[in-house]
Amino acid sequence: MTTSTVPRVSTARLTLLHAKYGLIETLRVPIAVIGTLVFPALALLFFVVPQRAVADNPEFATAAVISLSVFAVMSNALFSFGLTISENRQNPWDPYLRTLPAPGTARVLAQIVSTGTLGLIAIIPVIAVGGLLTAAEAPPARILTGVLALAVASLPFMLIGSAIGYALPFKAAIAVVQIVMFSLAFIGGLFLPPILFAPWLDTVSKFTPSRQAREFVIWAVEGGTLEWWVWAGLLFWTVTSFALALLLFRRDQGRRFR
Amino acid sequence: MTLASFDHVTRRYGDVVAVDDITLAIEAGTLVGLLGPNGAGKTTLLSLLQGLRRPTSGAVTLFGGNPLDAGRRAALGTTPQETALPETLRVGEVVDYVGGHFADRVPTAELADEFGLTDLLRRQCGALSGGQKRRLAVALAFVGRPQLVLLDEPTTGLDVDARRTLWAAIRRQHDAGATVVVTSHYLEEIEALARRVIVMGEGSVIADDTVARVVARVGVGRVQLVSDEPDRIERLPGVVRYERDHDRDVLTVTDADAFVRELVRSGLDFRDLTVRGATLEEAFLALTDQARATDRARTTEDAA
Repeated sequence: MTTSTVPRVSTARLTLLHAKYGLIETLRVPIAVIGTLVFPALALLFFVVPQRAVADNPEFATAAVISLSVFAVMSNALFSFGLTISENRQNPWDPYLRTLPAPGTARVLAQIVSTGTLGLIAIIPVIAVGGLLTAAEAPPARILTGVLALAVASLPFMLIGSAIGYALPFKAAIAVVQIVMFSLAFIGGLFLPPILFAPWLDTVSKFTPSRQAREFVIWAVEGGTLEWWVWAGLLFWTVTSFALALLLFRRDQGRRFR
Repeated sequence: MTLASFDHVTRRYGDVVAVDDITLAIEAGTLVGLLGPNGAGKTTLLSLLQGLRRPTSGAVTLFGGNPLDAGRRAALGTTPQETALPETLRVGEVVDYVGGHFADRVPTAELADEFGLTDLLRRQCGALSGGQKRRLAVALAFVGRPQLVLLDEPTTGLDVDARRTLWAAIRRQHDAGATVVVTSHYLEEIEALARRVIVMGEGSVIADDTVARVVARVGVGRVQLVSDEPDRIERLPGVVRYERDHDRDVLTVTDADAFVRELVRSGLDFRDLTVRGATLEEAFLALTDQARATDRARTTEDAA
């Protein structure tokens, strides 16, 4: 049939196309961006800086800055992806985009490129506040490795956020994102260091992507040995959550009313 | 060549049957009007073709494949609802966003010229008037040089001038080779644009034929007059329907010639007589009325 010879645009180009216009759309409402950028630094300013016992100890302070960076990236990922996607699904523009010849992979990846970029930018104020107002310290090259590690470790959160966004209507997504975010933050040792955990909680903690992300970034910044469960866990979470997000995207048929 | 087809397609939402066992084909080069009251299943039918929904049963084929497969939609053009345009993006950006999905696309300036958007390209969508949004929405359907275009209510809410301009643009695109399916509330629109018309009611196809034959099939005429004895005129043979429009009596009759002969012979008082054939709208009302009546009859039979 002649129609099967219609030339197609590659998935990579479609991903960049969707990422570009997604980013432009977000940046046209600057206040939304400012919230994302400022919130993590504020958390550091309020929770860590006033506690001089932590803030003045280079080792503790560095771990705290890293934990909060992970928290920042995680909360941004869960909120931005979960809420943006479920909100977009209620907006008639999204069903229109679904009629265009872009595969689900391109749509899911584009969201990661656009929203993920913003999430990483949000780390800059955290590093600035951490460097200036606490005793946290690391050589610039190490900080750069840390940011890269953070980018990799944030993938499962973005994809979990996407899955929530594709699965739930907006109001339900808010509630679920909050529960998921605080559970992962606490159990993953982002609020309290895992040293303070009971042994059983420490074991549970090692299964969460947040704990794995924390250890991964600490390893990238401070060196030492990387335990196998950290990278294996991150890989597992990334693959499963990507598959889940893609499945839910394909299954999604817009909002249904009965 | 068949561009799209439905083979015994049914789509349910819970207990509601939106599309009920529909079989039809869209051939290349046609301009098809899809007509039906609200809730008849028009939009569901199109959304099945756009890959937005899956059929509950039956098979939907687009360019020889499954419309859920993104690659099959590379030669399909559709319109967003006017309220759907992303408010913060500029008109030119929206055209490039959608156009970027197609390997061989119409350049932005050319498309803007065709649909009268040239002066608006720098404007954000949120700042457009209803008519401008409609023009942009329809233009987007054509940006990828599609072989098949689905237009869902393309001119809703436009004034007469704007509607005619848009029709002209749609007709030019059709003449240039695009196959077009258009749904509309405006029967005038279907009459102006389409050769073939599919009338839907309660999820089924009631009629599928040329506009002229759908009108002829109903075989009704419209007689308007003023009379002091409308109730007696209403009882003349051949009157299907009687309405009062302001001070005029409007009769729908099966055979206008026979009715006028009968009216004169009866000696009843009348003045200001006008007679014309049925419009598509009247044919459409008659068809959906008939379908509903048969439906009711069937239900009563089933119950008995």
